[in-house]
Amino acid sequence: MSSITPADVEVGAKGDGGAPRQPGRVSLGGLSLNLRSSGIYIAFALIVVLFTVLTDGAMLQPQNISNIIVQNSYVLILAIGMILVIIAGHIDLSVGSVVAVTGALSAVLMVNMGLPWPLALLITLVAGALIGAWQGYWIAYFGIPAFIVTLAGMLLFRALTLTVLGNQGIGPFPDQVRTLANGFTNGYFGNIGLGPLGGADLFSLLIGLIAIAGMAVTQWRTREARRGYGQSVEPMAVFVLKLVAGAALILFLVVQLARFKNLPWVLVLLAVLVLAYSMMANRTVFGRQIYAIGGNLQAAVMSGVKVKSVVFWIFVNMGVLSAIAGVIFAGRLNQAGPTAGNSFELDAIAAAFIGGAAVQGGVGKVVGAITGGLIMAVINNGMSLIGSPSERVMLVKGIVLLAAVAFDVWTKRRGGAAR
Amino acid sequence: MTEHILRMSGITKTFPGVKALQDVNLTVRRGEIHAICGENGAGKSTLMKVLSGVYPFGDYEGEITFEGQKCEFGGIRDSEHAGIVIIHQELALSPQLSIAENIFLGNERARRGWIDWNRTNYEAGALMKRVGLRENPTTMIADLGVGKQQLVEIAKALAKEVKLLILDEPTAALNDDDSAHLLDLLRGLRDEGITCVIISHKLNEVIAIADSVTIIRDGRTIESLDMAADHVTEDRIISGMVGRALDNRFPPHESKIGTEALRVEDWTVYSPSQPGRKVVDGADLMLRRGEIVGLAGLMGAGRTELAMSLFGRTYGVHISGKVFKDGKPIEIRNVQDAIRHGIAYATEDRKRYGLNLIEDIKRNISAAGLHGLSRRGWVNENEEYRVAEEFHRSMNIKAPSVNSVVGKLSGGNQQKVVLSKWILTEPDVLILDEPTRGIDVGAKYEIYTIINRLADQGKAVLVISSELPELLGLCDRIYTLSEGRITGEVPRREATQESLMHLMTKGQE
Repeated sequence: MSSITPADVEVGAKGDGGAPRQPGRVSLGGLSLNLRSSGIYIAFALIVVLFTVLTDGAMLQPQNISNIIVQNSYVLILAIGMILVIIAGHIDLSVGSVVAVTGALSAVLMVNMGLPWPLALLITLVAGALIGAWQGYWIAYFGIPAFIVTLAGMLLFRALTLTVLGNQGIGPFPDQVRTLANGFTNGYFGNIGLGPLGGADLFSLLIGLIAIAGMAVTQWRTREARRGYGQSVEPMAVFVLKLVAGAALILFLVVQLARFKNLPWVLVLLAVLVLAYSMMANRTVFGRQIYAIGGNLQAAVMSGVKVKSVVFWIFVNMGVLSAIAGVIFAGRLNQAGPTAGNSFELDAIAAAFIGGAAVQGGVGKVVGAITGGLIMAVINNGMSLIGSPSERVMLVKGIVLLAAVAFDVWTKRRGGAAR
Repeated sequence: MTEHILRMSGITKTFPGVKALQDVNLTVRRGEIHAICGENGAGKSTLMKVLSGVYPFGDYEGEITFEGQKCEFGGIRDSEHAGIVIIHQELALSPQLSIAENIFLGNERARRGWIDWNRTNYEAGALMKRVGLRENPTTMIADLGVGKQQLVEIAKALAKEVKLLILDEPTAALNDDDSAHLLDLLRGLRDEGITCVIISHKLNEVIAIADSVTIIRDGRTIESLDMAADHVTEDRIISGMVGRALDNRFPPHESKIGTEALRVEDWTVYSPSQPGRKVVDGADLMLRRGEIVGLAGLMGAGRTELAMSLFGRTYGVHISGKVFKDGKPIEIRNVQDAIRHGIAYATEDRKRYGLNLIEDIKRNISAAGLHGLSRRGWVNENEEYRVAEEFHRSMNIKAPSVNSVVGKLSGGNQQKVVLSKWILTEPDVLILDEPTRGIDVGAKYEIYTIINRLADQGKAVLVISSELPELLGLCDRIYTLSEGRITGEVPRREATQESLMHLMTKGQE
């Protein structure tokens, strides 16, 4: 608050009673929209539409949708952990190397030592947690900036991977692991005809319908509970509209996937993770404390938040998610390789920032990070479909990242949130 | 000795909504030491910022004449060019650079952009000799104590060929030996013809060193006195500093005082940045339920440090002493312990320590009491909303809804959010540090009402304030703190601004 602009004075003069200005808020026929928080979803929709047009619809073909999900699942899983790290005001540059080392470990356990795969998976996840604990200790309790600790970790765990693997990969993985990474749910109830769309897997469709019903019921109950507490809720029309739009989206996705090869297992895993982590971030004490730490570290300390322990566990969590991503990536390639996970950390960080995380911390959503990751996935996929060379894909991704953060900074400045 | 080196006349400086300075006059004679005295917030620092160009010409009204020239400083560089150097209370040295580098920072001894190290170190050595600093010019600042750092600042000013040296609370952070040395040095500089303006709370020092004094109160010049001609005493200065009438700015309140809630014995805290310096020295305090107790002390007396060290050791090192809650000894190792034992601390710096400015009202209110709103780690968001809405109403927080972002509220409403946050933790003891700082008069009244209500609910309230009228209007009993020591405990009936100010400025024997 060092500089006082005429605008500040004006607001002060109006007194406190008036509604604060809402930057980047547009009103469309009674439906007001906060550009800063929902801009990312609009951008995603526009990008999907753009590439659907450019590729003559190939973008939304059943097989392509399935590919986008399976090919990017590990980055999306990393993005979930990364957004929490970034909300807390830290960063993790080591996740790519952790993906590699945990993938290598799982290969050694499953392939070389022949351990049963569930046990090997469990050991790998514990190893991921220990790696996270190692980094979390230096960051939270020793007080070294996360940038440095995880930069060191990036080198350390890559070195460890190379030590374990040498110059070659280890494979092949057990079938169950490959199925988890690359495979699809079984068609337990056989196929059902969908008229002109052809045959589709009934089980997948049922899962989709259950998901829609679950969404509708929880949304309704939340709304009713809020009304019960006398909170203002959105008008019924808007509520129904949002619900229908969400249902249509899920239905479209599920029908397309059911027409191809049923639901990818990683999609199921991803859905569970997104749900669980979204609820954790918003509704648990731990989640709230992450936002409090990122929003104002000093105030969090003075409010009794155990800052060190929270930061420590965020990094443990990042380690576990990296291990999951490591196993899935290795399983998909059917081999744990020495270069696995190269530059995954950059994709995960970019996903978080495109998805609306603030550079200073304190802001961000799990769903936003997933959307950010999907935006990059769609750009990757769409541009390769139209035959763009990889350097141009990289160029576009760089511009999108810069534009997304510039937009965030711009809306904040317009909001006059001088800090 | 009658020639004037500086004349500031009719200086008025307004911040949005506040008149910080109103028609202030200051005249300083060449070659004297001129003291400026006033309570915290009286406008002393603002006046010096006007003089040194921190607030550039055009940002204030009035006229500054320095060495017979009318001055229109656009920034610090201009005023330094004219020969006015200000040394702030927080020293502005670069800790990882050497003494010599700091002395010539921004004023480098260089030839065509290349630093002449021999000349730098040689000239630094000469300046250090002048201020009596026996160190190697290449020693790093971080390796010096505060006293010596202060000398480096003065050497730095001398390097700029200073004519008027302004020192803001130069001895506040110094021990007695360093203070005495500094005062001697200032006398020496005066004899060399350098004029000094010194802002100080330590009236014994003012009496000892100053040739004349200007007293500022509520942004106005009260009087300018010549120490010798007017036979100025500490009492004389104090009555000038506080001579303001009490009006009915306080809601009437009769406390129902109950049993002892918190007792602190022999509380000693060392500074984390200056090893060996006691910031709080053997303090004893006692708070009773339903009682509002004041803690008065000037800037740097250790008020906030005392409060924060009590509140989960958030300040200080080597903290020793005993704390009793309801007569039972307790151990407070961190903020969680403090909250569990029913102690709350509302900070003086809301924006830095009190609020998450990018978050909304309800999440700020629930920040410290979240465990009470949750079961097995899950927050009941509807309950959170209901509680926040309750505070929104009962505290009269002026905002469209509890979903409004806290950073956009006015100071008074932000303070109400901070108070709500702590009330939600259901404390027995509330420590309120400068609860009305930066708040307009109307909102102050509301805050006072809230404080009275808290006392009526049987909570013990400790109010730390720089404003003596506030303490006199609000508190049942007032402790005074000076240089880390409790120097007095006065019931409201017996307290006057003068008696408190005497205790607050009582030096160490």
